[in-house]
Amino acid sequence: MSDAEVTAVARDLRKSFKGPDGTAFFAVDGISLAVRAGELTALVGPDGAGKTTLMRMIAGLLKPDAGSLSVLGIDVAADPQLVQDRISYMPQRFGLYEDLSVQENLDLYADLHGVPQEERKERFSRMLEMTDLARFTKRPAGKLSGGMKQKLGLACTLVRSPDLLLLDEPSVGVDPLSRRDLWKIVQQLVDEEKLSVIISTSYMDEAERCAQVFVMNKGRLLASGQPDSLRSRARDLTFTATPPQGTPARELQARLIDRPDLIVDAVPKGGNVSFIRREDADDARLRELLNGVPVEPRTEELEDAFMMMLRQQEEQEGGTAAKPARDAVAVETGSNGDKPVIVVRDLVRKFGDFTAVASTSFDVAQGEIFGLLGPNGAGKTTTFRMLCGLLPATSGHLEVAGLNLRKARAEARGRIGYVSQKFALYGNLSVRENLEFFGGAYGLRGNALRSRVAAVLEQFDLAPSAQSGILPAGYKQRLAMATGLLHEPDILFLDEPTSGIDPLARRAFWRTITSLAQGGVTIVITTHFMEEAEYCDRIAIQDAGEMLALGAPIDVRKQAGDVGRDMNSAFIAIVEQGRAERDRQKAAA
Amino acid sequence: MNVSGFATRLVALTRKETRQMLRDRSNLIVGLLLPVVLILLFGYGLSFDVTNARVTVVLEDTSPTARNVVAGLHGSPYLAPSWVASMAEAERMVRAGQTDAILRVPGDFSRRLAAGDGQLQLLLNGVDASTASAIEGYVSGALAVPMQQQADRAGNKPSGIGAITIVQRMWFNEAGESTWYLVPGLIVLVITLIGAFLTSLLVAREWERGTLESLFVTPVRPLELVFSKLAPYVVIGVIDIIVCLLAAKYLFQVPMRGSLWVIILSSLLYLLVSLGLGLFISAATRNQFAASQMALLVSFMPALILSGFIFDLRNTPLVIQVISQFLPATHFMGLIKTLFMAGDYWPDILRSCSILALYAIVLIVLTRRSLAKRLD
Amino acid sequence: MTRLIVYISQVLSLIRKEMLTLVKDPANRTLLFVPAIMQALLYGYGATLDLTHAPYAVLDQSRGAASTELLARLDGTGVFQRTATLTSSSQIAARIDSGEALLVISIPSDFETRLAAGQEAPLQLILDGRNSTTASLASAYVGAIVTSWNSTRGISAQITIERRAWFNPNLESRWNMMPALIATLSMIQTLMLAALSVAREREQGTFDQLLVTPLTPLQILIGKAVPSMLVGMLQSTLIFLIIRFWFQIPMNGSVWLLYLGVGMFTLASIGIGLSISAVSLTMQQAMLYTFILLMPLMLLSGLLTPVRNMPEVLQVVTYINPVRFGIDLVRRVYLEGATFADIAFNFVPLLAVGAVTLPLAAWLFRNRLS
Repeated sequence: MSDAEVTAVARDLRKSFKGPDGTAFFAVDGISLAVRAGELTALVGPDGAGKTTLMRMIAGLLKPDAGSLSVLGIDVAADPQLVQDRISYMPQRFGLYEDLSVQENLDLYADLHGVPQEERKERFSRMLEMTDLARFTKRPAGKLSGGMKQKLGLACTLVRSPDLLLLDEPSVGVDPLSRRDLWKIVQQLVDEEKLSVIISTSYMDEAERCAQVFVMNKGRLLASGQPDSLRSRARDLTFTATPPQGTPARELQARLIDRPDLIVDAVPKGGNVSFIRREDADDARLRELLNGVPVEPRTEELEDAFMMMLRQQEEQEGGTAAKPARDAVAVETGSNGDKPVIVVRDLVRKFGDFTAVASTSFDVAQGEIFGLLGPNGAGKTTTFRMLCGLLPATSGHLEVAGLNLRKARAEARGRIGYVSQKFALYGNLSVRENLEFFGGAYGLRGNALRSRVAAVLEQFDLAPSAQSGILPAGYKQRLAMATGLLHEPDILFLDEPTSGIDPLARRAFWRTITSLAQGGVTIVITTHFMEEAEYCDRIAIQDAGEMLALGAPIDVRKQAGDVGRDMNSAFIAIVEQGRAERDRQKAAA
Repeated sequence: MNVSGFATRLVALTRKETRQMLRDRSNLIVGLLLPVVLILLFGYGLSFDVTNARVTVVLEDTSPTARNVVAGLHGSPYLAPSWVASMAEAERMVRAGQTDAILRVPGDFSRRLAAGDGQLQLLLNGVDASTASAIEGYVSGALAVPMQQQADRAGNKPSGIGAITIVQRMWFNEAGESTWYLVPGLIVLVITLIGAFLTSLLVAREWERGTLESLFVTPVRPLELVFSKLAPYVVIGVIDIIVCLLAAKYLFQVPMRGSLWVIILSSLLYLLVSLGLGLFISAATRNQFAASQMALLVSFMPALILSGFIFDLRNTPLVIQVISQFLPATHFMGLIKTLFMAGDYWPDILRSCSILALYAIVLIVLTRRSLAKRLD
Repeated sequence: MTRLIVYISQVLSLIRKEMLTLVKDPANRTLLFVPAIMQALLYGYGATLDLTHAPYAVLDQSRGAASTELLARLDGTGVFQRTATLTSSSQIAARIDSGEALLVISIPSDFETRLAAGQEAPLQLILDGRNSTTASLASAYVGAIVTSWNSTRGISAQITIERRAWFNPNLESRWNMMPALIATLSMIQTLMLAALSVAREREQGTFDQLLVTPLTPLQILIGKAVPSMLVGMLQSTLIFLIIRFWFQIPMNGSVWLLYLGVGMFTLASIGIGLSISAVSLTMQQAMLYTFILLMPLMLLSGLLTPVRNMPEVLQVVTYINPVRFGIDLVRRVYLEGATFADIAFNFVPLLAVGAVTLPLAAWLFRNRLS
């Protein structure tokens, strides 16, 4: 490989940080890699793998402790500015100026990168068209939805064609449509301009599109290669099991994933369960576990290989990076028959002229897992906030456990649990202090408080003395869940609880959710991972405040028609149909 | 470094900072409205000049002589005398905060005066010490004339001994109006305020919101960040300086004896120091809460109390004088008062301006350093 | 009964959490107490109007026994300190301009002969009027010295004024300034703490999490107010101790009354702070609004200049300023030994401010338009 073909080369790269207890730990621990120019390269790995640290070193924002790193043939540590003049970098949270408009943000970055005026016009119109932001150029960036912000961030980094583009988890918290758009832009630039791109991601379907994949874990390189060669590691180990008629796929999935001695991974998919068997699994015991359900081999995917690598690594280290939280204590709730626990009728919420939620109606029954899906800005969070009594509804009827929480007495709120979109616990308090505070706020005290705190610490495998603010994303999410469950609520609201969490942690999270539902807890959840919708009993798809689909996952897929092979494409199809319909109505009006 | 790139980026960043400044109304309230409020408060509201001091007279001796002497109080423009019958009543008034001083004329006043030893008692509420001192001065001044007449009438001045009289001239502020020094000092305060309250949040906010990380990985140079953040607030500062100067001249008729251009130039220099200090605190703390606390503690409060604004530093212990010399506000405070009231006194101008210039340079260099494009 | 216990235990856990977030961070801990102590010491020494070692210069053209004696008296007071002896009147301007001398005493050459001849002998006093307050004070001192010297030389004015100052016998301005700091220094930080407490939670998203718990607005209010209150009272105590034992300013009133007053004042400040906090969307806004409010509150409080010197209109305005009454209350209890009856009126504005702002803040917790 000659120098002309590589864009970044690292040798024995190391970078340490001071941990909370004062001891240094290596975030990047001896990595050597060569990134080829003119193609897409993916960095994948669970939380704390060191992806961001590596990115930042490439961008010249962090100085390596040891090893060498050359980017575009330049020693970054020695002359970061020279590299920064030529590359573009989009951090995990792109720093848009929220008080500036879309156009002003673009202008700023074009000026900073010295894009000549004549080139700018063409470039801007292309960027605005690709990101579909042309209609919003005058809108302040802070008023854009999460997906639009992310696209604007990408547009800002791409105001000129850089010699190297660094994207750090660009699709976290982004809905499937925006994610598709983001990738379209990147792909187009790679094809047309031979752009070199390094992208870190926790979506394996994204990694699959890359020419080269580096799998990282705990600061080290676990594997690297083309997606095909990585994928082949799972060859002949992947199957689909069909649960008996009438039982939800997630019950079979739970049974399978609880047997790590036989099964590497299992997820519900299209009413069936996709699983990976262990290579060394005993056939007889596997048959016994499957208990006669029909099993078909299926083609392996990159995610399968990735899950295998992570599980192997975990076993070798005897670590517990993300073992499933133990079974939740079954919640005793008086069954109230078929009477729905949550009733929403013609719910409307307006902010000035803008209608965030338009005439929405749905019911949720006790013990049900109800998924609220929709693109960024569709009104999911607004609906949530109204249900939890944080925001008054403009009009409509709203009932949670028979009450409107906005007007009900404070104790009524004790029956619900709420896990908000971003980590909303006290970062500078320890895990135990957070739990004790929220337990206290819910009226627990003395022995009851102590035993509940001990129970959730155990259930979610949390270290009580760790400082909450610096936990890895997966653990933060566990803590948030633990907090939401402390007081054993009847109803649990979860707003994008899995955004930015690695696949291992997500498996563990859903294992907890399904067992809670079995215990009778009603769960309302939003997510951008469409495959997670498969865990739900019923889902609703919202866009621009309106309800587009409502029903069991399989029915929603049918509503989408032929394309509804998987949830992701079904979702995109339904939202696009809805938008086309709306445009037609607008044109007619 | 490419000069045209530098200029383009600087303009772009400055435009961005200006927009951000204009879009948050609280910035403009602090930057433009608060100074006006301060000007009015300082110009009209705050004064050390005691007027209408409440003196309660207890006349235990009702003789014409006694009345005659005490009547002098009415002649004073600074005093508002009132009369009560008994000492007990007067003391009650002091306790209730209804009077500032008691002038007691004892029952034996005229008798003792005849013997050449008349005594009056002045009881002051010492809680507000400076007002009390002033009242003492006014009372003795107001009684001086009748006392002198009394003495003349007695005619017992020994011959051959001359009396010393004081011919007083208060330079720079002949009438002794405190507004004259409060208003120039106000310019210092207003400039300090912009730096302490506005620029101190600028960099910290970008750290907290994560916008710096994206900005760092562009061709932007740290110095461009520093300059672009200073520029819009320099404009605000200049507007404030002009408003202050106009108010000083036309509203409060404070003399401007030094050259206008020296006043303006030195104000600009101090503006740079103040903004630079705010920005440096912001860049060093990376946290809005800590930055605002720091700015309040090391910039604004000392400028109010320890710069010689109200409290003459020459009265303070050596330690305080030494500490105050480290404050840029102290140097500018001395200079601006001199420029307004005394005129161009070049040794002072040169010394203070070079100290301020040094501060400005050091602060800008330090800020640039703390904005080195690194996250570790 | 159990309801009450639950209610209290909920509030207690909120208070505990607030205290923990305050003291967890070592930088925060330092910020809570060190500045208060530093400022009390610095301002105790720095914020004084009293003359001590006021520098003066002399131009003695008579050089006789009388002038020498007069100057010796001047030096003997401890108020003045001679920094220069001039030889010609052309040197005066430079001394004054440079600030080396606050005043120049110029004794004309015929001083001695005029005195001997029984004539009036004028003494020239040139003052630096750039701080006219200090200059007037210095002039009054010189006047007093001259008068007393005249009288010892047998020129009796027949009438003498015997001065007695209550509560502050030597009329030290520090005695006036320092007790006011008990209220104001701690107020700056309690106001800020309260103002940031809710704004920070809103900015970090934790406030929603708090609002979905069964805590009532009143409980949140108590939970937020108590820690600020504790910090405020602790700071006041530190400053009080410094004033009492470091600067040794005698305390005449009841400690309990002082604490009652400071407590009421702190509560009013917290009410204002929490209202700001509940209105603000971001920490930045909360901070700026605090500053905007703080300035007029301080300036119109009588901290630096007496309220009585203000124009009538502004004096009326000060009635809505709790700082004015807080300072007045503390000064009078500390120095005058005022009783509750003497200062009862001061509690009215403080209570009024608290009674408006605290419920307002509690209402805004839930009803702030987002």
